Amino acid sequence: MTAMRFRQAIVTALADEMRADSSVMIFGEDVAVAEGPFKTSEGLLQEFGPLRVRDTPISEMAFTGAAVGAAIMGMKPVVEIMFMEFLGVALDQLVTEAAKLRYLSNGTLSVPIVVRASCGSGLGFGSQHSQTLENWVAATPGLKVVHLSDAQSAYSLMRAAIQDPDPVMVLEPRILYGERGEVDTSLKMTIGQARMIRSGGAITIVSLGQMVNVCKSAIEKSGIDVELIDLATVVPWDRAAVLNSVKKTGRLVVVEESPESGGWGSEIVATVTAELFGSLKGAPFRITTPDVPVPYSGVLETRYVPTDDDIVRQLTHAIGTGEKPKTWWQLEGIKK
Amino acid sequence: MKTSLQRRQDIKTDKIAQYERMVEIREFEEQINALFAAGLVRGSTHLCQGQEALDVGIAAVLRPDDVVLATYRGHGVALALGLTPESVLGEIMGKTNGCCGGVGGSMHMCDMSVGLLPTSAIVGAGIPIAAGAALAFQVQGKDNVGVAVFGDGASNIGAFHEGLNLAAIWKLPVIFICDNNVYGEYSRINTTTPIEDLHTRAESYNMPHFSLDGMDIAAVEKGMTEAVNRARSGGGPTLIEAKTYRFAGHSRADQALYRPAGELEQWQKRDPLKVTEEGLVASGLLTPEKIEKIKSDMKVRMQEVIETCSAAPEPTLASMFENIWTPVKASK
Ligand SMILES: Cc1ncc(C[n+]2csc(CCOP(=O)(O)OP(=O)(O)O)c2C)c(N)n1
Ligand SMILES: [Mg+2]
Repeated sequence: MTAMRFRQAIVTALADEMRADSSVMIFGEDVAVAEGPFKTSEGLLQEFGPLRVRDTPISEMAFTGAAVGAAIMGMKPVVEIMFMEFLGVALDQLVTEAAKLRYLSNGTLSVPIVVRASCGSGLGFGSQHSQTLENWVAATPGLKVVHLSDAQSAYSLMRAAIQDPDPVMVLEPRILYGERGEVDTSLKMTIGQARMIRSGGAITIVSLGQMVNVCKSAIEKSGIDVELIDLATVVPWDRAAVLNSVKKTGRLVVVEESPESGGWGSEIVATVTAELFGSLKGAPFRITTPDVPVPYSGVLETRYVPTDDDIVRQLTHAIGTGEKPKTWWQLEGIKK
Repeated sequence: MKTSLQRRQDIKTDKIAQYERMVEIREFEEQINALFAAGLVRGSTHLCQGQEALDVGIAAVLRPDDVVLATYRGHGVALALGLTPESVLGEIMGKTNGCCGGVGGSMHMCDMSVGLLPTSAIVGAGIPIAAGAALAFQVQGKDNVGVAVFGDGASNIGAFHEGLNLAAIWKLPVIFICDNNVYGEYSRINTTTPIEDLHTRAESYNMPHFSLDGMDIAAVEKGMTEAVNRARSGGGPTLIEAKTYRFAGHSRADQALYRPAGELEQWQKRDPLKVTEEGLVASGLLTPEKIEKIKSDMKVRMQEVIETCSAAPEPTLASMFENIWTPVKASK
């Protein structure tokens, strides 16, 4: 075990993969000389040189597309989209090109690219730099989507993503970059496998990304015997792990950092409800952000995202009544 | 307190008022880092010291009913166009007196009374939107113009090339102003772009283009006037490259240690404030004493602005739910 920051776990995973496989290369804006806007490529230019570690112009479409072409021809490019929103100008290359090329080549081509992007709220970057946006990419068969939640998953899942023969989108909660954690570099994680964070019998929480920490804190505050699952991979998600857990607890809540409408958690709730309908003790539900853009003001942003206190309130209500609790904005009378 | 529109009229022709506005922008930006340190500002912020002549020159030539699409590096453009320091700082501090009620932040300035459309935090985003505003003016038979202000780095993004091409074939009344401040984030322009004179990119769109000295407000006004006259009279778009320099780092956390030694100092010799002061003193409009007075008054004024914004109320929780969709009118 080594103590390292989340961002260092990413650097370490990139470096270890680059050492292990000379076809791995990285590029993006200010990732080489400046070592990354969030210092997630520290030392890589120095160790691996300018052929494999490159700065790009502000041209997300060009460099994401270039990753696709290079991947087809035998490289394993890892590209960095500084803020997830910037994927907007490159989306075609990822969801309509990379994710389709295996299908459109009768299975002869594979596109082993990794697109990394920082995401999430909490740092006052405002509505164009704070979204999570799994839903931009989740409905894309051919693309895998991973969301990191701590230094260990940053290390192990980043390596798995680079080794994966298909396109993988890796979301990195920006708020975690500086956070320390213990990392076992020999621990392998598999894309598509959820992580059991805490086992318990009263209720299952499924969460992702920076919300996993918030859930841990809520569990501690509430004293409720929660089973906490970090889904880790949004596509393809670990149905077996979630279904087995809810079979045991009879209750499910998904805690999600994304707007109420169109979130990945709906998929989980729908599947669990359909599969386990007869054995549920209460209505599965989601705790999400409201359907609003991420507000800048600190007072607003801290309430925008699910808080530990609000999770405690909703857990307690759900277990006590078996019914779906109200959202905070319903309770405050702001919105139905 | 003056309205945005009154403040805009102030700088239309009055050279001293234009200079004062430049000093206001400089003093404003100088305060931001301290406010960050004091925990009064969150997130990130992109300062524009060195680009005051460009911002004020653009505002002086445009009419308030022309529209401007600018970027996250937008405090200077906003103040130049007329927004009050209170509405700009209030927004940066996330307060209700901000131009966006505190939900936007440093990267998002807006005031339609002086033609400032919401500034975008996405590189290149404003370029096609400015073309689209110009399209509306063209279709409506108006002589207003659309303006996009963006950086050197933005000339490498698809929206730049697509936007210019579209504006050229449709002969739209739009002015593209590329503020070449030598850096895009931590990268010097020569490491990301194979040419030095970015305005020549308009050549391939058969669009008029030229560069100008962005440190000299007179040069900015002259170039802008030429482009605006062309656009108003149906002559189509222009790409202007303003040569400036980003005196500060890219954003709050950046100390710009990657700059070659002496480069900043070289550019500071042509500090737009200094260039303007020299001109005003030479023409007898100002004396060094009056200049000092303008600067010290501005410091006092800015402290008042900070006090006002600090005392302004925080937004209510309900306000994050507002202005997302157009309210549905209740049916009778
Ligand atoms: C599409 C997109 N990619 C990347 C960024 C991150 N980013 C913000 S500002 C910036 C540099 C832009 O440089 P330039 O266009 O020269 O403008 P300047 O910041 O110098 O005013 C970058 C890369 C972004 N906001 N949007
Ligand atoms: Mg620049």
